[in-house]
Amino acid sequence: MTRAVSVAAMWIALILVPWWLPMVGSYTALGSKILIYAIATMGLNLVLGFTGGLSFGQAAYFGLGAYGAGMTLKYLAPDTPLAILIGTLAGGLAATLLGPLVMRRRGIYFAMITIAIGQLFYFVMVRWNNVTGGEDGLAGFSRQDIHFGSLTVPIASSGTAFYYLVLLCFTIAVAIMWTILQSPLGHTWVAIRENRRRMEFLGVRVERYVWAAFAIAGFITAFAGTLNALLFNFTSPQDLHWILSGDFVIMIILGGMRSFFGPLIGVIIFVVAQDYLSSITGNWMTFIGMIFVFIVLVFPRGVLGVFRRAEAI
Amino acid sequence: MELLLFNAFNGLIQGVFYALMALGLALILSLNSVINMAHGGFLVIGAYLAYTLSPYLGFWGALIVGPALAGAIGLLVERVLIRPIYKRVDPIYSLLLTFGLALIIEDMARTIWGPQGLPLEVPDVINSPVSDVYFFITGYRLFVIGVTAAAAIALYLLLRYTLLGIRIRAGIRDLETTAALGVNIYKLRALNFGFGCIFAGLAGVLAAGVLGLTPPMGNSLIMPSFVAIIIGGVGSLFGAVLGGLIIGLAAGVVTTYYPAASEAVIYLMMLIVLVVRPRGLFGEEGLFE
Repeated sequence: MTRAVSVAAMWIALILVPWWLPMVGSYTALGSKILIYAIATMGLNLVLGFTGGLSFGQAAYFGLGAYGAGMTLKYLAPDTPLAILIGTLAGGLAATLLGPLVMRRRGIYFAMITIAIGQLFYFVMVRWNNVTGGEDGLAGFSRQDIHFGSLTVPIASSGTAFYYLVLLCFTIAVAIMWTILQSPLGHTWVAIRENRRRMEFLGVRVERYVWAAFAIAGFITAFAGTLNALLFNFTSPQDLHWILSGDFVIMIILGGMRSFFGPLIGVIIFVVAQDYLSSITGNWMTFIGMIFVFIVLVFPRGVLGVFRRAEAI
Repeated sequence: MELLLFNAFNGLIQGVFYALMALGLALILSLNSVINMAHGGFLVIGAYLAYTLSPYLGFWGALIVGPALAGAIGLLVERVLIRPIYKRVDPIYSLLLTFGLALIIEDMARTIWGPQGLPLEVPDVINSPVSDVYFFITGYRLFVIGVTAAAAIALYLLLRYTLLGIRIRAGIRDLETTAALGVNIYKLRALNFGFGCIFAGLAGVLAAGVLGLTPPMGNSLIMPSFVAIIIGGVGSLFGAVLGGLIIGLAAGVVTTYYPAASEAVIYLMMLIVLVVRPRGLFGEEGLFE
């Protein structure tokens, strides 16, 4: 019951963001950014929190989505839904193709391989500079209004309209992920996390399920990446750098990796803290680093984890 | 041809740095079960302390004291931050902790020494080209290879013949049994972490002589070191060294023909190794999984 109330309160708060966020001295784009990162981290959490695969290179698929969307708008057609579709496919298919290389691995090895694979895409985007803009990033494209018959959604000029597009995308992503986690697929993931060897003995093809988790997470993160490119009308190699991958993971831990909405809480705290710290001090990286150390040492279960019974960590 | 030789040699030097980094990383990974994301940070610490101390101690003194201080700071970090989380099974925590440390160290180096690049003065004795034709083979570069080889051999002898080394190897095989036989594994892991950081510091000082010093210098070296470990095979120190040299050389050779792919080729090689021989060249099946 309390859960239903808090989830309902969350949705109402999200719908009303364009009213209350400027009132507390912030701006609507920050709300969009938070929802975009929430989609990405909740997607990553399918692998990290629910299947137990330590994916530490997720920014690669986020960045591929962003570049896919940006390059579609710049070189192919000024069409926002098409950009989202192509970007999502680019990142998602990359994760699907690379899945077989990581699905057999576990723990530390899984982490190392996913980090290193992420760097491959980073260098492709940095060095392929006549197409991607190289180190400076990809600019020169902008999100276009969406047309439904005679109805036009003015996301190009209105930050508020774009926020509602992001909220719609967030809702769709949440519905998809929630459905998957309630399905046999989702239950199998959790069982693999809890006892991989036992699932193998039961005849479950564990590797295929890990692959599925990695691929689906790739699609969802790439989906978020496309929206990020549309939000700023810009993307850069920083969007697929391993630092961002690490940020994604710490946001999940901060919110609680065992809870469905945990990553959202983590994203809110982390993004707001980063936004604030970088506005008051040049040494914000040190503070972010200290947040990492603090969370790991003192707060490993995250905000939502505190409300749950003690779990082994 | 000369260009190829030039780039291959440059790549080999780069590979030597990867190998030194990978050696320390692999050592820490094996016994401490920690992916030390802050390894690039310890490289930065070693390099900048050597830079600061070299006016007083000279290059030779700094070459010894810089890595030693990196090792000492490593011991401290292990004691205060890493030791409390050994009992956590999930490797995610040590990964994130060292990741945070990496951010802190890079930012601190930028605050203390400034964001601009600094040169590390190398004595003229070892800095002149050894041949007129092959101008790129400077004495310093040969010196880098020599020091690295000496350090790797010293580590090998330590692990092979000393009581401490035997205990470290035993701990890598089976930590629980080693502890049951009366070895203080906390002390063992602390010393091992320190050794790993000494290698990072050494890589930093040597690299500073070639590439100069910048606060993010560790970042560009740590990822290829991961690849070196994966290619060489997780669990094999020799594999880590060989992996580092191979990818450095490959990057150098590719620079000659297609410079834009010189970084990507390292990661492509890793993918190929993962497809053809998932455990790496000298890795053991099923280790760390």
